[in-house]
Amino acid sequence: MSERLGDGRIKWRDNVREFGILIAFVLIVAILMVISPDAFAQPKNLIGIVKQASINGILACGMMFVILSGGIDLSVGSTIALAGVMAAHFAHPDTYPLIVPILVALLVGLAVGLVNGLGVAYGGIPPFIITLATMTAVRGVALIASGGSPVYNLSDSFNGLASGFIPGTIVPILAVYFLIIILVSGFILTKTVFGRRIYTIGGNDVAAKVSGINVKRMRLSVYAISGVLAGFAGVLLASRTISGSPTAGQGYELDAIAAVIIGGISMSGGAGKWYGTLIGALLLAVLANGLDILNVSSNYQMVIKGAIIAIAVLVDIRGKARNE
Amino acid sequence: MEYILEMKDICKSFSGVKVLDRVSLSVKPGEVHALMGENGAGKSTLMKILMGIYKMDSGSILIGGEAVTVSGPKDAISKGISMIHQELNPVLDMEVAENIFIGRERVKTVAGKLKLVDKASMREETEELFRDMNISINPKAVMRYLSVAETQLVEIVKAISLKSKIVIMDEPTSAITEKEVLVLFEQIKRLKEQGVAIIYISHKMDEIFKIADQITVLRDGALAGSGAAAELDGDKLISMMVGREIKQVYPKEATEILDVVLEVQELNRGKKVKDVSFRLHGGEVLGIAGLVGSGRSELVETIFGIRPATSGKIFVKGQAVTIRHPKEAIAHKIAMITEDRKQTGLNLKTSVEQNISLVSIKKLSRAGIIDKGQESEAADRYIKSLNIKTHSRKAPIISLSGGNQQKVVLAKWLLSEPDIIIFDEPTRGIDVGAKRDIYLLIGELAKQGKGIIVISSEMPEVMGISDRILVMSEGAVAGELNRDEFSQEAIMNYASARGGKKS
Repeated sequence: MSERLGDGRIKWRDNVREFGILIAFVLIVAILMVISPDAFAQPKNLIGIVKQASINGILACGMMFVILSGGIDLSVGSTIALAGVMAAHFAHPDTYPLIVPILVALLVGLAVGLVNGLGVAYGGIPPFIITLATMTAVRGVALIASGGSPVYNLSDSFNGLASGFIPGTIVPILAVYFLIIILVSGFILTKTVFGRRIYTIGGNDVAAKVSGINVKRMRLSVYAISGVLAGFAGVLLASRTISGSPTAGQGYELDAIAAVIIGGISMSGGAGKWYGTLIGALLLAVLANGLDILNVSSNYQMVIKGAIIAIAVLVDIRGKARNE
Repeated sequence: MEYILEMKDICKSFSGVKVLDRVSLSVKPGEVHALMGENGAGKSTLMKILMGIYKMDSGSILIGGEAVTVSGPKDAISKGISMIHQELNPVLDMEVAENIFIGRERVKTVAGKLKLVDKASMREETEELFRDMNISINPKAVMRYLSVAETQLVEIVKAISLKSKIVIMDEPTSAITEKEVLVLFEQIKRLKEQGVAIIYISHKMDEIFKIADQITVLRDGALAGSGAAAELDGDKLISMMVGREIKQVYPKEATEILDVVLEVQELNRGKKVKDVSFRLHGGEVLGIAGLVGSGRSELVETIFGIRPATSGKIFVKGQAVTIRHPKEAIAHKIAMITEDRKQTGLNLKTSVEQNISLVSIKKLSRAGIIDKGQESEAADRYIKSLNIKTHSRKAPIISLSGGNQQKVVLAKWLLSEPDIIIFDEPTRGIDVGAKRDIYLLIGELAKQGKGIIVISSEMPEVMGISDRILVMSEGAVAGELNRDEFSQEAIMNYASARGGKKS
């Protein structure tokens, strides 16, 4: 327990939650640099890590909006699959311009997000339940829409969406998408009225309503954002795997939630910083990569990942207990 | 054994504040003992001590002449004490019979060993109890689908079925209708005949004189008086309940009363707001008094759009307006300082600054982007003008004291520059110094020509700061008093009227 001083000053320990994750991230990277300079610290490997972090990171951005508002979105993994399948249908060579499959995927994501948002905000269905329902149903729709098998034969321009580099550099284009999305998210959350209101409804939705905020419309918006970003992630994953697979993205929702939680965003909403999500997504990717390099079997990797999530939440809960 | 229950010199403090000061209560078997007092007088605390929910700091409890310690509700029940709580907490998805037998489920033994819950016998026993008491509720009905009155009846039956020697009833008639009150009184009569002692907490004078044998009055945590009901009357009781002198000084200044800023016509919303009409002038402080549950908060929440009205009209400065959400009320320059700042006033997860800017954030931004400079400036301005004690505007709101948190809520609303300000229990749970600051501020705002509504349960407060008082009872306006007519007796008289009419 940190002692609180009557005039509002709090001790540095209250900031541990914010910086702890950064310290942990730097430590893990440093350790890997030292014990495996030949494998880990190579540019090619680092690029691989960034690529790995990007798709999860984009999902985590949407998840961050939802979790900050006090909700959860389990449907994003299935949305990736449906968006990828639908995009692939419009991405065969010499059919539609590249913009069409992208728009289709974003619209698919928006549709799922609106169903979630309407269910939560206007139907009063708990977020966990409605998104669990859409997670199941959307996966089914993806299987129906694809006839149960991946959609192949995609145009080169579509396949190039996620695999290119910024001309003349070694920076993968995937990382650029992620970076833009996380920066825009950060801007929205810290600088705009809309972002401030997301924190407010997550912090106290009754006070938010009394203060004149249209809480229902805000809730609808955050699920829509999460859906659209999942739709975009679906395009990128389809492009990366040169197919629209109905089984793609399984379990991705959990990785996205993990990135947000490890990043120090409060599971009950209303508190946390946008860059936490950035670090959370990178940390998960670095960890997986490092453990691969160290030849840790994937079974043990799952145990370690689980432990890290638990520790992150424990820190979050202790932070909250201090506040009450 | 003359007394079945004696509580002697009970003292209790909460975080340094004395809420019970050497209170004694003696109850005979077969007696209905009414316990009365204003909200916060210490009635509930005393009963919770008897039930073992709170621990007393000093004093003693004797049951049947023997000193006892009650360790908790379960222990209390085993010692023959049961309580019907004012706030009901049934298990909603269980059936009536299961609720009656909660914690003492009937079991049957199957195959020699296995103990299973015996639903059939619980239903049977419940049916018997109901038949005895002339109550027509199906024991198999699920609690959730019962009306509030029925739920209350089930609670009463439950307490009676425990076959206790002492039954505490905390405002048992607050949710039930006239007809059910008769059922309850019939039961009370039967219990008396069986020698059961009943401690009956109520604000309703007519009830008290109908059933009580003995009356004890608490005031500010101390014994104000006790006597046989036959020797007391309504006036004596009221003066016992509210007889304190007004010690605090209310800094009330005369203000110029301007035009009507808010008019409400025949506003309705459910059972708690019934055909309410009134006018509020600029420069006027309109107090709303009434007992807890009389619909005061519901009325202002309806005006403010938190629970929109089902019928009726609202006029702001002569213009008919529709308010279906607080944002519309805010757009018409109405502000509302809600009763519970933690539940409905503040975002406890953020800073002082962000709480101050909560309502007016749009005004402090351009094209949807917050102007941090303006936001900080506004926060600093109100921290200074309201004398909010905080290390900085960036400090977490949670680190401030209750009074200072309340001032942040005020700052949040003043920043929206309202013309009409509603205060719902603005001084609850804050210290005397901060209270005075808030009274001064209310006076200052009235002087600026704003129309002000103040709901308060503290009579000296509502009389001290208002120009006019509306008294509510059971969702309706029971009476209206001008400043020269103010008296605690007059308010009490209206407040305890049944059906909104003076008895």
